[in-house]
Amino acid sequence: MKQQDKNLEDPRYKIANKEALIGVALVVVNFILWYGFAYGFGSGTVEEYDYIFGFPAWFFYSCIAVTVLIFLLVILAVKFLFKEVPLDEGDEE
Amino acid sequence: MNWGVVIPLLLFLVIIFFIGFYASKYLKSSADFLQEYFLGSRQLGGFILAMTMVATYGSASSFVGGPGVAYTVGLGWVLLSMTQLATGYFVLSVLGKKFAIMARKIRAVTLVDFLKERYQSKWVVILSAASIIIFLFSAMAAQWVGGARLIESFTGLSYTAALFIFAISVLVYVIIGGFRAVAITDTVQGIIMFFGTMIILIGTILAGGGIENIISDLAAENPDLISPYGSDRSLTPLYVSSFWILVGVGVVGLPQVAVRAMSYKSSRGMHRALIIGTVVVGVIMLGMHLTGVFARPVLPGIEVGDTVMPRIAMEVLPAWLAGIVLAAPMAAIMSTVDSLLLLVSSAVVKDVYLNYVNPEASTKKVKQLSISVTAVIGILVFAMAIQPPDLLIWLNLFAFGGLEAAFIWPVIMGLYWKKGNASGAIASILTGVGSYILFHSFMPQAFGMHTVVLPVLLSLLAYVLFSLLTVKRHEDIQKQVFQKLWSA
Repeated sequence: MKQQDKNLEDPRYKIANKEALIGVALVVVNFILWYGFAYGFGSGTVEEYDYIFGFPAWFFYSCIAVTVLIFLLVILAVKFLFKEVPLDEGDEE
Repeated sequence: MNWGVVIPLLLFLVIIFFIGFYASKYLKSSADFLQEYFLGSRQLGGFILAMTMVATYGSASSFVGGPGVAYTVGLGWVLLSMTQLATGYFVLSVLGKKFAIMARKIRAVTLVDFLKERYQSKWVVILSAASIIIFLFSAMAAQWVGGARLIESFTGLSYTAALFIFAISVLVYVIIGGFRAVAITDTVQGIIMFFGTMIILIGTILAGGGIENIISDLAAENPDLISPYGSDRSLTPLYVSSFWILVGVGVVGLPQVAVRAMSYKSSRGMHRALIIGTVVVGVIMLGMHLTGVFARPVLPGIEVGDTVMPRIAMEVLPAWLAGIVLAAPMAAIMSTVDSLLLLVSSAVVKDVYLNYVNPEASTKKVKQLSISVTAVIGILVFAMAIQPPDLLIWLNLFAFGGLEAAFIWPVIMGLYWKKGNASGAIASILTGVGSYILFHSFMPQAFGMHTVVLPVLLSLLAYVLFSLLTVKRHEDIQKQVFQKLWSA
């Protein structure tokens, strides 16, 4: 596979580029949810806070629920979107 | 001396030494000393990869400094700390397979090896090796201070004696075992960090009479302790968000983290590491910082932030369990220091000595040199840490931001933008480090954001601008680079 065409790009890079974009997408989703919940629910006065399992609602959603959701999204992304490729030259696993 | 606490810690040290001896067997039998000593021969599986990434990243600031600040600031600081969740998945997915494949094509052992082949420029190598040596050396010193303070705080030994114990422990297993010892001890340390976090969090919640109770105690003392703005309302949304750059995505630019992204064996391992790493980092960051906040009603009136963690552990847990939990911050510090120590050694030996001083050095010479350089650096850091500077967390963050500003674009753009060239990389490193130091000194937290944000943006600008301006000059070299790194 090495000598065929010197100008052809390594086909594994297509997969790698796509996965990098998935990583960026995850961060964007993570940030929006984290920010939205924290300041959406938390910017009022403390006396008016709602509570979930003892935590202020803003904290429960943005720091606990979003964290768990990201765990799930990472698992789903890896299971369904990431592809296994051999990393060494011509070395199949 | 509190033997209940000290015995589990001693046990921990013994285990770590055994791992060092175990790994040293690989080092003796390995055909390629450099690949084994500095990269463990690219044999890491998913679990070890995840643990060594998390443990290297999670440091004194996650276990000692951070919870101490959370104690003072309240839930707002936990919010800020959760920006670190991104490190669990972002580094591995973004550097990802491309970095691993390219590193294999050129047999890179260090981050600088990659930059050298990608940019074919002596100045890129010298500048990046210099930034690694300067910044990581100071980061290491800060971590050693943290480690020694910690030992000091629960054994009652003098600071210097504690520092000595800490230094010897780390030096021995790094020198005899190299990267493999570092990665395996990181795994043990990561497991301790993970379970230690859960134990201390649960212990603190129980001691405080449940979450509801603790939260209402906090609100009664100062309602802003449970707001996202911090106890004195100084945490603005913009400032907190800017930590996504510092401790979220910017971590890609940290050499000690990036080098791990080329150490794994297979893409299956990388996939597993993505999941495990995200969960572990999420649990540790949430658990430790939350413990810091919850410690407030349980143990009110602690003045020195760094003592919150050890004191709450000894307050809410039986001595033997506190010993195990206190092994966690110790593990966090050790697992960061060991990686930094090895990385600085690799910068000196592989990036400077073998590139420019003596490229023809024999294997035996390289071996002797690697080991003695590691030892000398260790001793130098020890000497520096004897006169410790204060405020561990900020010292640590300074080195952090400087390295991120230097490396993030040469690495990321180097991987994903074919037009990026040596002039762009040099401009980016100089702009990143230079503007970071200037902003840090003259305009800290410019426009209400963490100091790191503007230097990171400026260095991107410099990278793109200079790469585009010098397209003609680098045309031939870029063609060769493309052949070597991109072609099938």
